[in-house]
Amino acid sequence: MTRTDPLDVPRPHAQLHFGVFFQGVNHWTIWSAPDSGSQIDPASFRRVAQTAERGLFDAFFLGEGLRLREVDGRIHDLDVAGRPDAITQLSALAAVTRRIGLVSTSNSTFNEPADLARRLSGLDLLSEGRAGWNVVTTDNAWTGANFRRGGYLDHADRYRRAEEFLTVARALWDGWEDGAISDSPGAREWSTPGAVRQVRHRGTQFDVALAPTLPRSAQGHPVIFQAGDSGEGRDFAARNADVIFSAHGNDFDDALAFAEDLRTRLRAVGRPDDDLRILPGTEIIIGATEEEAQEKKRWIRLQQVTPATALGIAGLLWGIDLSDRDADGPLPEEDPVVAENDGSFGARRIADPRAVVAEWRAKAEAHGWSLRETVIALGPQRGHVGTRSGLADKFAHFVRHGAIDGFNVTPYLIPDGLDDIVDLLVPELQERGLYRTDYTGTTLRDHLGLREPLTHRSAPDHRQAG
Amino acid sequence: MSSPALHLAVEIDGDGAHLAAWRRAAHSPDELLTPRRVSRVAAVAENAGFTLITLDDGVLPPGAAPNPVGRIGAVERAAFVAASTSTIGIAPVVPVTYAEPFHVSSQLASLDHISAGRAGWVVTEEERPEAARAWGRPPVDGADARARESRDGVEVARALWDSWEDDAVIRSVATSRYLDRERLHYIDFTGDTYAVKGPAIVPRPPQGQLVVLGRPDQVPAAQLDVALVGGRDLGSVSAAAAAAAAAGTPRVFAEVEVALDTPDATATERVADLERHAPWRDRGRLRHIGSADQLVSLLAELSYHVDGVRLHPLVLDEDLSVLSGLVVPTLSARRLVARPLPGTSLRSTLGLARPANRFTAAAPAATGTATATATAATTQEDVR
Repeated sequence: MTRTDPLDVPRPHAQLHFGVFFQGVNHWTIWSAPDSGSQIDPASFRRVAQTAERGLFDAFFLGEGLRLREVDGRIHDLDVAGRPDAITQLSALAAVTRRIGLVSTSNSTFNEPADLARRLSGLDLLSEGRAGWNVVTTDNAWTGANFRRGGYLDHADRYRRAEEFLTVARALWDGWEDGAISDSPGAREWSTPGAVRQVRHRGTQFDVALAPTLPRSAQGHPVIFQAGDSGEGRDFAARNADVIFSAHGNDFDDALAFAEDLRTRLRAVGRPDDDLRILPGTEIIIGATEEEAQEKKRWIRLQQVTPATALGIAGLLWGIDLSDRDADGPLPEEDPVVAENDGSFGARRIADPRAVVAEWRAKAEAHGWSLRETVIALGPQRGHVGTRSGLADKFAHFVRHGAIDGFNVTPYLIPDGLDDIVDLLVPELQERGLYRTDYTGTTLRDHLGLREPLTHRSAPDHRQAG
Repeated sequence: MSSPALHLAVEIDGDGAHLAAWRRAAHSPDELLTPRRVSRVAAVAENAGFTLITLDDGVLPPGAAPNPVGRIGAVERAAFVAASTSTIGIAPVVPVTYAEPFHVSSQLASLDHISAGRAGWVVTEEERPEAARAWGRPPVDGADARARESRDGVEVARALWDSWEDDAVIRSVATSRYLDRERLHYIDFTGDTYAVKGPAIVPRPPQGQLVVLGRPDQVPAAQLDVALVGGRDLGSVSAAAAAAAAAGTPRVFAEVEVALDTPDATATERVADLERHAPWRDRGRLRHIGSADQLVSLLAELSYHVDGVRLHPLVLDEDLSVLSGLVVPTLSARRLVARPLPGTSLRSTLGLARPANRFTAAAPAATGTATATATAATTQEDVR
């Protein structure tokens, strides 16, 4: 990376924001190391959240999967699994943290606004304005098998439902005027007459009438996150979200292109183009030297990509069960099989498996790699590896050029995996003026420097983000 | 009942059991929906030595103007309180008339993990048609239909809690396996109105099964750990308790509404003061309006008929201090109640065994639906 004059960049004073994603599924979390902790013990969640708060992170983030993952109709058994309900866990963390944001991934397909909007409001009040909602959609019948309505939603309608869901949720969150509840012990009425408005919504997805049961929190609405990467997902984010949890954080050019694309979409819907925070998911591996960092990465990858996991990942690409093959042997000779996507983890998500397999074969042959080595080198990639000063320089480049606003970091170890980042990287970032030295606000919206909730603005809004 | 020692539960929603309780509260209305208020009330109940707090809830507002119209969800409050207490049992009210049983099961299992085995569940019904309109669902009409939804919802939640065996997480480095999939089970529940596949997405709760509380006329006896029985006088309470015990429910708690004399006013004066605004709704429960000593005598009498009581204080800020300052200490001194011990599950405190897993128990047969095996699991519980 070339060093430039720190002020000769598009955003010379931009700061990096960190979230931590306690993932609870998939092979990135190492479960086999001596210090691999429990994935369900509340102490693990408390430890990660409190470490992140010590490191002045913006947010603690939980995912959600409404059915245990399966491959070929059998429960996927190689990775960590079994997580708490996100809002319930975050409500507990609200009691043992003071500043950090608490973000729940919750599904708009298999929830109803009356219930979910209220649960998020409750979390927002209990945390005094620190709640966030990562809006995710599902349409498959495979997940629907756990719910009353089954798989009722067409793929084409999943964002329509999500958007209408948000409309109802925001109406509920706006249902109470500020100061609606009396602050006087001798009041004649508990709330100001007329200050709580009934919500009536009739649309293609929802037909509801209800009285909102909670006032607005210190941050107005929970902060809205969005993680979908399709064009539809990006447009949804441009219209509705405060933060996008993207998959574009490894390569600078890719990250910048994604950010530019989003800014274009924001302008197209009439929002200021700095209205959305971009926090790619990532892994950060720190070593005292570059060599040590690479050595650490190699160890981590070997823990993450066990022989069975290598066969599993290759099996998804090939579309056939490879579990009886030798991961340390050569790549399978068969051609990949194209299968249908039913929504389960084992379903194919790779657009052109034949082309990918051809590339894997060529590179494996050139380097003399085994199947497992090939999966480690060419399989799902992410993360930043280096020394703390090298990483700080790199992140400065990313953030000051407007490619990202920060990262949602996935620790590879629970619960100690954030310690290096908080103890080593954060001070390095602070020295560069790239990271806060204290929380300056109390709400998640404050931490992220966001404007008022979208329904609270007088259009058009040209105020600067705080 | 075998033992005269009573378990004390207390309902701590809002400002108390009377709609106008907020008028006598020791705080201004806008402090009700704050984290400080939620944790303070729970701390008072824990320090007083109660076995259990319950938190009322529903999709509709708790009341109408001029009374409080706001309420934070019971599961969220329960989880928040669980993180700041160490001993007391915590049971949110969660109706499953319209809610998704899969979500409810996950939330309650999570609460049990968060509280290290102190969680319970009070099953109620959403009766009013407004609830259906809030959920956007066709109304579940009539007592039978509501009971059906409760029965199926509890059955699904219980089956999901068993769908992970206790030792399903194996972390076997030798085989690269984190889970033993043989110890995870599809519940394949099919009820009258919906089906649920499973398994759960949350590992089995620390207690195996949470303590399920509910009214015997609303939830089948075999699904309940604790029957909550009403009755306006001792005679009806003891009859209802005997019926619930005969039906096979392991524990019976009487619902008791209490208004106590305080240093500032007699119980009668306090009730009269609130009744200027609204009547104290008659829910067909035992009601005590009087001194702490009289309440102690009533509870001593009740201890021969029930395993516990759930108290509904008229005004939390007034009655809870009398309960913790006078009533519970007197009962303790007379060995009529036992304090729960730190590190003890709610189930253990109530003397209930940790239930065997229905799927482990059913393993040799390897067939049978969740509905069929449920009966076996509950029967084991009944044995205690």
